[in-house]
Amino acid sequence: MKAALCQIRPKLGDLDANFKTHHDWIDRATEASADLVLFPELSLTGYFLRDLTQEVALELNDPRLEQLIARSADGGPSLVIGFVERASDHRTYNSALFAEDGKVLSVHRKVHLPDYGIFEEGRYFAAGESFDLIQSKHGNFGVMICEDAWHLIPAWLHYLQGVDALLIPFASPARGIDANTAELTSQRAWRTLVSAQSLFFQSWVLQCNRVGYEDGALFWGGSIAADPSGQTVIEAESDEEELLIVEVDPAATRRARDFAPLLRDAKPGLVRRQLARILDDRDALRP
Amino acid sequence: MPKLPATPQCHTELATKVLCGFLREESHRAGFQKAVLGLSGGIDSALVVELAARALGPENVLAVAMPYRTSNPISLELAQDSALHAGVALEVVDISTMADACIDQAGETDSLRRGNIMARARMITLYDRSARDNALVLGTSNKTELLLGYGTIHGDMASALNPVGDLYKSQIVALSRHLGVPKAIIDRPPSADLWSGQTDEEELGFTYDAVDALLVRLVDELWSRDQLIEAGFATDFVDGVRQRIRINQYKRRPPLIAKVANRTVNLDFRYARDWGT
Repeated sequence: MKAALCQIRPKLGDLDANFKTHHDWIDRATEASADLVLFPELSLTGYFLRDLTQEVALELNDPRLEQLIARSADGGPSLVIGFVERASDHRTYNSALFAEDGKVLSVHRKVHLPDYGIFEEGRYFAAGESFDLIQSKHGNFGVMICEDAWHLIPAWLHYLQGVDALLIPFASPARGIDANTAELTSQRAWRTLVSAQSLFFQSWVLQCNRVGYEDGALFWGGSIAADPSGQTVIEAESDEEELLIVEVDPAATRRARDFAPLLRDAKPGLVRRQLARILDDRDALRP
Repeated sequence: MPKLPATPQCHTELATKVLCGFLREESHRAGFQKAVLGLSGGIDSALVVELAARALGPENVLAVAMPYRTSNPISLELAQDSALHAGVALEVVDISTMADACIDQAGETDSLRRGNIMARARMITLYDRSARDNALVLGTSNKTELLLGYGTIHGDMASALNPVGDLYKSQIVALSRHLGVPKAIIDRPPSADLWSGQTDEEELGFTYDAVDALLVRLVDELWSRDQLIEAGFATDFVDGVRQRIRINQYKRRPPLIAKVANRTVNLDFRYARDWGT
């Protein structure tokens, strides 16, 4: 299965420009024979929206969105697209839709909303409430948006549900410069995270960042894919727009899991019991 | 005396890349190809002109040296060296007439007021050139100055884009060396040159190296007061700097607006500065 990571530069708040960008990059990915096309977090809108959030929010039946979803029909690739979702009750979510064969198979709503430092997502978005496995014709996928991946447990939930590849659309701004390394602190952290998750959950991990500056903050690209043995197989060369093609080979998953049958030895029942006890204890401590 | 923690450094190649990308992208998206900045003969503006020339092309950068009649003549010489090294055009604008008109009209003044008048005369000049040339005014205030409030509000602190506002003075020095800023500029004791013999470190009462070591831990790494004192910073120094940061917050924020309506500018009317670009 060939996956395309579209490391693009969205235009802040400009839906028309961004829809066009998505169509262009789907063309490019299709030319490269991609089966799955992954875009970054909030790829249709840009990131530092602030009060623009509600203005750029799209309902799932928005005609422009439907036009984009239609690109997955008639032999087109499956698509993962980032957008601001307006639910029928007007809650707005930081979402990523998974489209296949002209239909939306799943919408992941970002669960963990960073609301500290430079981030204000808790101010503008409602939190998602689940991590649902996507059963696609190309395999089983689990989507985590940016901060979701920092909580580790979502990846484990996908692992238990039978995931083949973890898909992480994200939008990470550059933070942290010191004398000793040519890498930003945020980039180093993400590389570690992707490598660790691919290793511990014995799954492919495809992570797609965006590029460009917004209000002085740099989105550093560095999109990366790791195989089920924890090895990086491809990494973006720069903080410029790039199309990365990854060969996602199910045989690699089989080899990793045959070698170390960690999934067999996982203890979700124990986790459930112990977690229940921890939560009960917490409740007991509450005045 | 206990050895103080190290001053902040930065990876100079990475910093250059990020800061040049910032200048290029944030200018172009706003519809500007050109930039203008004041060259004081000091290291901060010498660094910014290097970054701007690399980011936008030297033909798109205008440097403006703005001496006053009491300015140290070496400042202008160093500004000229700086412009030459960066390969950019230099305009020399003597601000004496402009500033003296304000000073004379103000009657009895002191060196602080006169210094502020000069700083704002320079701001006026730069913004005029900005309008004339369709160029963005680049700021040169570094993070140390911004935190300590060591600058004139609506004077040298005024700009459209500031590529060095997140670098401490010690990082400015490291980056300047890397980009080949003339040695005479790097070695000269920092000074606002607003009155004869003025140097930053004398005025502040501490060295940049010492305060940068404190600031990076206090501000970026969130060390507590107790942790800082334990690390070897003098109690008075820590308390003095903390207070100085706090009382100068007004220089870093837009003016307060009395809220009466549903959505108030700056409070709950919140859009990116890059809105629409």
